[in-house]
Amino acid sequence: MSGLRILVCVKRVPAPGAQITLTPDARAVDARNLAFTTSPHEECAVEAALQLVEAHGGDITVLTVGPPEAEEQLRFSVSVGVQHAVLVSNDEMAAGDDPDPQATARTIADTVRTLEAEGDPFDVLLFGNESADSGGFQVGVRVARMLGIPIVNGIKGIDLADGVLTARREGDAGFEVYRMALPAAVGVKEGINLPRYPTLPGRLRSKKAEVRSIASTTEPGGLTMVRFATPTVELSETVLLGAGASAAAAVVDLLGELGLA
Amino acid sequence: MSGVPFVVIDHDRGVVGDDTRQALAFARACFPELPIAAVVIGGEQPEPIAGADSTFHIRHAALDDYAPEAWGDALHELAVAQSPSAIVATGTERGNEVLAHVAAIADQPFAANVIEAAPGDPPGTPWRIRRLRWGGSLLEDARLDATLPILSCALHVFPNVLPNAAPDRDREARPGAAVVEFVPNLGPDAGRTRIVDRVQVAEGITLTTAPVVVSGGRGVGSEEGFAAIEALAELLGAAVGCSRVVTNQGWRPHADQVGQTGKRVAPDLYIACGISGAIQHWVGMQAAKNVLAINTDPDAPMVTKADYAVIGDLHEIVPAIVDEIRRRRG
Amino acid sequence: MSDLPTAARVVVIGSGIVGNSVVAHLAELGWRDIVQFDKGPLPNPGGSTGHASNFIFPVDHNREMAALTLDSQRQYEAMGVNTTCGGIEIARKPERMEEFRRRMTSATAWGIDAELLTAAEVAKLVPFVNTDIVLGGFFTPSVSVVDSLRAGTIFRERAMELGALKTVAGVEVLDIEVENGRVQAVVTDQGRIAAEYVVVASGVWSPRIAAMAGATIPLTPAVHQMIDVGPIPELEATGNEIGFPIIRDMDTFCYERQTGGSMEVGSYAHRPIFHRADDIPSIKESRLSPTELPFTADDFDQQLEEALELMPDILSTAEMKYAINGLLSLTPDGFPLLGETAEVHNLWSAAAVWIKEGPGVGRMIAEWMTHGASEIDAHHSDITRFYRYARNDHHVRARCAEHYNKTYGIVHPREQWASERNIRCAPYHARTQALGAVYFQAGGWERPHWYESNAALVEHYGIEDRPHEWDARWWSPIMNAEHLAMREGVGMIDLAPFVVFDITGPGALDYLQHLTVNSCNVAVGRSVYTPLLDTRGGFRTDLTIMRLAEDAFRVVTGAFDGPRDAHWFRTHLPTDGSVTFADNTSAYATIGVWGPKARALVESLTPDDISDAALPYGSTAEVLIDSITVRLFRISYVGEHGWEVYVPSDNALAIWDRLWEAGQAFGVTAVGAGVYGTTGRLEKGYRLMGAELDGEYTPVEAGLARPKVKAADFIGKDAYLAARAAEPAAVLCTLTVEDHVSPRDGIARYMCGSEPILTLDGDRIVDGKGRVSVVTSAGTGPTVGKFLLLAYLPPEHAVVGADLLVRYMNEDYPVQVAVAGSRPLFDPDDARMKG
Repeated sequence: MSGLRILVCVKRVPAPGAQITLTPDARAVDARNLAFTTSPHEECAVEAALQLVEAHGGDITVLTVGPPEAEEQLRFSVSVGVQHAVLVSNDEMAAGDDPDPQATARTIADTVRTLEAEGDPFDVLLFGNESADSGGFQVGVRVARMLGIPIVNGIKGIDLADGVLTARREGDAGFEVYRMALPAAVGVKEGINLPRYPTLPGRLRSKKAEVRSIASTTEPGGLTMVRFATPTVELSETVLLGAGASAAAAVVDLLGELGLA
Repeated sequence: MSGVPFVVIDHDRGVVGDDTRQALAFARACFPELPIAAVVIGGEQPEPIAGADSTFHIRHAALDDYAPEAWGDALHELAVAQSPSAIVATGTERGNEVLAHVAAIADQPFAANVIEAAPGDPPGTPWRIRRLRWGGSLLEDARLDATLPILSCALHVFPNVLPNAAPDRDREARPGAAVVEFVPNLGPDAGRTRIVDRVQVAEGITLTTAPVVVSGGRGVGSEEGFAAIEALAELLGAAVGCSRVVTNQGWRPHADQVGQTGKRVAPDLYIACGISGAIQHWVGMQAAKNVLAINTDPDAPMVTKADYAVIGDLHEIVPAIVDEIRRRRG
Repeated sequence: MSDLPTAARVVVIGSGIVGNSVVAHLAELGWRDIVQFDKGPLPNPGGSTGHASNFIFPVDHNREMAALTLDSQRQYEAMGVNTTCGGIEIARKPERMEEFRRRMTSATAWGIDAELLTAAEVAKLVPFVNTDIVLGGFFTPSVSVVDSLRAGTIFRERAMELGALKTVAGVEVLDIEVENGRVQAVVTDQGRIAAEYVVVASGVWSPRIAAMAGATIPLTPAVHQMIDVGPIPELEATGNEIGFPIIRDMDTFCYERQTGGSMEVGSYAHRPIFHRADDIPSIKESRLSPTELPFTADDFDQQLEEALELMPDILSTAEMKYAINGLLSLTPDGFPLLGETAEVHNLWSAAAVWIKEGPGVGRMIAEWMTHGASEIDAHHSDITRFYRYARNDHHVRARCAEHYNKTYGIVHPREQWASERNIRCAPYHARTQALGAVYFQAGGWERPHWYESNAALVEHYGIEDRPHEWDARWWSPIMNAEHLAMREGVGMIDLAPFVVFDITGPGALDYLQHLTVNSCNVAVGRSVYTPLLDTRGGFRTDLTIMRLAEDAFRVVTGAFDGPRDAHWFRTHLPTDGSVTFADNTSAYATIGVWGPKARALVESLTPDDISDAALPYGSTAEVLIDSITVRLFRISYVGEHGWEVYVPSDNALAIWDRLWEAGQAFGVTAVGAGVYGTTGRLEKGYRLMGAELDGEYTPVEAGLARPKVKAADFIGKDAYLAARAAEPAAVLCTLTVEDHVSPRDGIARYMCGSEPILTLDGDRIVDGKGRVSVVTSAGTGPTVGKFLLLAYLPPEHAVVGADLLVRYMNEDYPVQVAVAGSRPLFDPDDARMKG
């Protein structure tokens, strides 16, 4: 084997951690003050791919389906060591419409077929378990099904030996172990690794990297966003036990009341 | 598709998870007038699922332990045979995965983490659903236009307790009668993805089972800052948790992370030290029965949403609690 | 969950470094009943303090900023939160090395230890610097990093220990109530709190808070990008938060500062990125904090390359872990915005303050609020310094965009702005333009500094150019030629920027007497030149007042001080309506006509008697020029016979033309402000507000004390009397440069101002009050044939004929005291002017 050929599918999402505000028509997130990032599970998928290539050789293609701005996330992947970047977009996505999971999956599958027709087939396809924003839990599974390759979701550990991928998934008291012959797909979960950050030369290199652009022509699927809403927070009446170290006694009293101390 | 709605039962080698009952309540809410069929994939023949009007058991050697592709294939075969009006499951890891496979095979849309759903009226028109995005910090109203509607309900939105039986239908009168066995014709690929081994981790208090979780956030400030939190956890027989920023900083391993992208916990008491309470963290511990927040900021979301709060510097308060417990224990 | 009081003596809005410092210093000066709040949590409410780089480079060319920085560093040190690490500014370009020599000079002036380093010496201190690209360095051993959040907590605790302060976090200001121009209360989301004083210490949000009261705080939130790169073994090995000196890569406008095992790289090189106070995200909407905005990587790539070039060994493998677009406050002129706001009485601004000056500013504001003036003069920082045109977003953004990239720039002391020009023009602007005027901006006015049409005079008078480009920058030998032409014949000077206040009403005299040192109770048609003092007896301003009628006075002050002076006059107006204050600056243009032939020229135009008998020196009268009534004021700042001609703006073009046309017969020369403000003034030893005169010096020291003190009470009188009774700690002197030739490169050099005066042993001269002797004004005296410096000297040095040194660009030049006190060097008896 001359090295692995890995595809990682990523999504551009607002960086988590801030309260999300909506545009007045509630059909989009107000992005004025938002940072964008690669969806966390997929950031880990990129790191997993880098580690696989470091161990086994090969190269990595990062693919996103989204607005032209998602080029930023592709370049970020390049800055940490990914070799190839592909952006699949169309006018609707450029206007801010998030394609539904069926459409996304079809687009990815079509693109994979295109890329594979031009070169070698991919040995490993990595997805995030679910996107941080829409949380559909399905794109990787749909793509794998379309391409006829096995997939397991929720993976927090990957090993590769002799053409067999061993994947670990967290269970109640330990790990479940799955094994798949290549080519195989994996839905990666955050926690599988701590993704690296770009080096300065990496960032500068990524600026000059070529990002391949492919137009998406896929028809939409059956799940259509109508509008967003902000959940109402149920405010409980907080019992203030005190301030500073002097509140320790009240805390221990509480532990006693709850039968925990 | 006008048959009874399916509720996929999440189980591990025959042990049915509590959370799966939430899907029964969800299905009941969607279809108050229809009988509901529970679907148990693999394993030995189950007891009839309480709360469902009937139970399908899909039996096949490839289904004995969890096997996502095969479970999806088998469920799809049953659906083809039964034409359910919908397939629902609780949005557990397995629930969402199996539904994704069914949706992929059937090329039908799948709405995950739904909290409200209204079937199309008249039947055949799109459903109107409301689902969680961003782990619950945002809601999405959507149209689900499907010949086979597939939905998972968000965790902890619907009750685990059984929905009341409709008065005109006496489920208790037909116990067990409704277990129907179904044997699928699984293809050769069905066994490709299955659990081939299980690795146990060291016994001890785990985050998901501990009665008390003492958790630290950005306010802890450093890896060393967790010493006091560990001391308190040890005294209380508690597990140590943390927020995402803590694992990003490398102060704690990811296994300790509570939240949207970490673990979901439901202890009797969750002590949040220096955690501001971003929604992404909150969704991981909202099932805790009691929350005690220790924070310098009286207006931090964690404080305003907690049951109990102490305002101040955790580096002073946590050691003081440790001292107080030791003093009382002599 | 808070319990906000319903009333307080002072409300301080903001818990960043400034607000915290203000409450501590107010408390220590005896204030009680102080309530401080912030919208964010403590100790880091999410403003600029929370993400600051927290380092202090004390050397600054500006005395006020240097004093504030040094005071702040002392306060941080006293609190135990100052870690000295040293700092090196490095040069990649030759002109930067020249700037370092200038910085050495400023370091000497303010008594800061500093050293010029070769590239090899830089590498000795910071071994990972690529010396191939470094020409040399400027090393300040006392550069330090501070814990500004901890300092804030200590400040608050100090005030609380005194029982003076209540601080409440999580309070959002919704409104500020103002009545009759005076602040009344702050309305918050947790209730209304009545307050006698309100201090806006709200950093980047200050404009928004002030606007609630109808006041302006002209700053813009601006992005300063920084990244954190690590881990770096060389840095981890120090085992310290900071083990290496901070590097400022001056020519790329970047800095590299160790933070533990990482290197923080910050930049002032990227495009100016401005926000609006109203659009800053809330705390909840912010991933990190409201002032740590998403990093825009594209803007920083150039800096990455330059940082890599400077420190390739340690930066090429480390990872960029944290990167932000941090928000900080920028002002149109780069100085803080301090003091009572121009619009609302008792609404104070403590804004646009950086970590390096935060504690000092707190002390300054507290002293100012307590005593009416601060120990460190606030002339440059006074928020009332801005004209109306300079108090809006358009101006703020234009100027900040221009100076942002000059944060580490080499800025000439005479440097002119490129943006926001042609805002205010004299009615005869087209005429001065046609004469080739080179305009400098004064109070927004385009003021001719010299005229290119006079270039032929340079040869005529044989005036030499300055050989060094720096000395010749924003300067022309034409100025000296215009000077000589005026002294020989007659010159016309555009004085349109003069600020004119008309003060009228039955209470006008008493009101003015309360403000001025010298008596305003002069005959109608006479005038008085007078200092105005602050309560401590330092200069608030100096100006000229004409008595136009029994109850009508016209005050004329300089363009640079107009708004500050207007604020001073307005805040002291009686409330009974007995005095009316009108700013008539725009209603009048003023043309100076001076020189031996001035009388002949003006007499040729007017039928009125303007003889010495009818209109002696110091008097004013209205006369006709053709059908136009103008006001002549017999006075001079350049020491020549002649008048300031006050003309209604609509007549000003006509009068300019008549004077100019009639002047041709007398060989009239258009003369620029270079003569008016520098050469002519210095030959006469006249003092300039903001140069010689400021709050730190008294009229006695400035040589402006009259033999007698008026009976009427006035602000600062007690301090003035005390100053008169005591030996002055310093005397303002005129010095002559005896040799201009640079020991280093053998060419003649000419000082620009603010250079230290040294003893012949090369020691800094500090007076009994701790004030250092520096050049307050510098310029040629073409008629006296000397280059002149003004400087305050302690009495032992203020001796005519005393030999001293001036240090310029880190080289010493011999100087001699020519005058101790206010006697003019040129025409000491004022015969030309008064005769």
